[in-house]
Amino acid sequence: MLCDNCKEREAIINLTQVEHDSKVTLHLCEQCAQQKGVETGGAVMKSPLGNFLGALGKGAALVPAGTDGVRCPACGSSLRDFRDTGRLGCDGCYVAFDAHLRDLLRRLHGSSQHVGERYEAPGEAGAEPDPRSRLLELKAQLRRAVEGEDFELAAELRDRIRVLE
Amino acid sequence: MDLSLLPDGGMRWLDAAGPKSTIVLSTRIRLARNVRGIPFSQRAKDSDRTAVVERVSEAAASTEHLASAVAFHLDQMDRTERQLLHERHLVSKELAGLERESRPRAGAALLVQDQVGVMVNEEDHLRLHGMWSGFDLEDAYAAVESVDAELGRLVPFAFHPEFGYLTSCPTNAGTGLRASVLIHLPGLVLTKEINKVLQGLSQVGLTFRGLYGEGSEVVGNFFQLSNQTTLGKTEDELIDHLGKIVRQVVEYEEQARDVLLRTAPEEVEDKTWRAYGLLKHARRLSFEETMNLLSGVRLGVGLNLLPGPGVYTLNKLLIYTQPAHLAAMDGRSTGDRELPTVRAAFVRRLLEAEPS
Repeated sequence: MLCDNCKEREAIINLTQVEHDSKVTLHLCEQCAQQKGVETGGAVMKSPLGNFLGALGKGAALVPAGTDGVRCPACGSSLRDFRDTGRLGCDGCYVAFDAHLRDLLRRLHGSSQHVGERYEAPGEAGAEPDPRSRLLELKAQLRRAVEGEDFELAAELRDRIRVLE
Repeated sequence: MDLSLLPDGGMRWLDAAGPKSTIVLSTRIRLARNVRGIPFSQRAKDSDRTAVVERVSEAAASTEHLASAVAFHLDQMDRTERQLLHERHLVSKELAGLERESRPRAGAALLVQDQVGVMVNEEDHLRLHGMWSGFDLEDAYAAVESVDAELGRLVPFAFHPEFGYLTSCPTNAGTGLRASVLIHLPGLVLTKEINKVLQGLSQVGLTFRGLYGEGSEVVGNFFQLSNQTTLGKTEDELIDHLGKIVRQVVEYEEQARDVLLRTAPEEVEDKTWRAYGLLKHARRLSFEETMNLLSGVRLGVGLNLLPGPGVYTLNKLLIYTQPAHLAAMDGRSTGDRELPTVRAAFVRRLLEAEPS
């Protein structure tokens, strides 16, 4: 769809305003949106998730630079694919990109810890998930965070490990 | 595919039997689930999608709640039929392949039994949904949740101890729950209080959309209110929170209607009778005009300014005046330039049949 304002460039932003009694939606390109005072957050706005983040007023970059090459071993999609489409490739991506996703989930939802219904897949042990496996997982995350020089995350993981221990 | 296979056309909620149904048309619950170990829909191959639909259909057959579900294979249906399902809120535009020149992808399917449906191979492998009449979050959630529990015992869902249910888009992760109500707010629009209410919603973690959810326009003063976040709160907390806010919005709407009746009774009465008169006598009606007139009549009925028609008829008109429904009834195509004439004739016929 072309931009409603310049009618030249591709529209990437839907700007919805309530004027008088009716809702008006303008389809705008990045440049015209910026002229109208909309914070676009650059390339982030090109993905559906970008629109969501923009709508939340948090146009921060989804994916830190320099990590585009990391690929999910299960489905082969990269963080760049995620940034372009706003969609993950498979359930394995949540493990492969967990540090980035944890950060993103916090920005989106205010938390990354699921507290709703616990699920056990058919055939799994009927007991509560073993806290030891959780601890091992956190330690693995901590190692990855330190390797990736994400010290803020590392400090937080260390705190959580201390609580569990 | 014969839509008459569906009792109530898959839309029992139209009967307006639920609580507060003059203001809240319907309550919808949706749960997003994925099958463990299979690429999410966007990355899935045709063979993956076919595997998902086969697996889910097989599992559904041995459940209580989906054993006699009607299955619609969207990739084998023509466009008008797919659009009919979309107009009934049973499938998304994306799953039905209705976006511009697109086609439904392989394995795109819908299972429906009673008031619960499962979209298969949408953005997530499974989107379980239920639509209830009026303001009824508890019953709608209980029904969808029991289908979820049954299916989850037979199909391994993707679940992570920290992130919860894993979804294609991280905005749905955790509970995968989107609870929404379709609400009619003409009082707030007419008293110009609507902006304040809508702005307030985003501050309490809710969002609003048009009649058909994400990306759809607000017409006829119908708003869809729903939770914005899905992670970090329990299902009950998310539902209670939405319920609390919706009750407040309903209260504001009732107050706004009182103000209208107190300050401009003749104008409001005139507006609703004019809307009724136009619907009863117009010879050509666009969909948008129909929605706006139905809003006026609905307000009049809610305020007892109009003797009829019943809310059931008004709900039916919302669905049956859409392009695919008119086309299917009248043997035309959805792009037909005569649709406004067909629509007006249909509206007149339905209103004439109403005792008023």
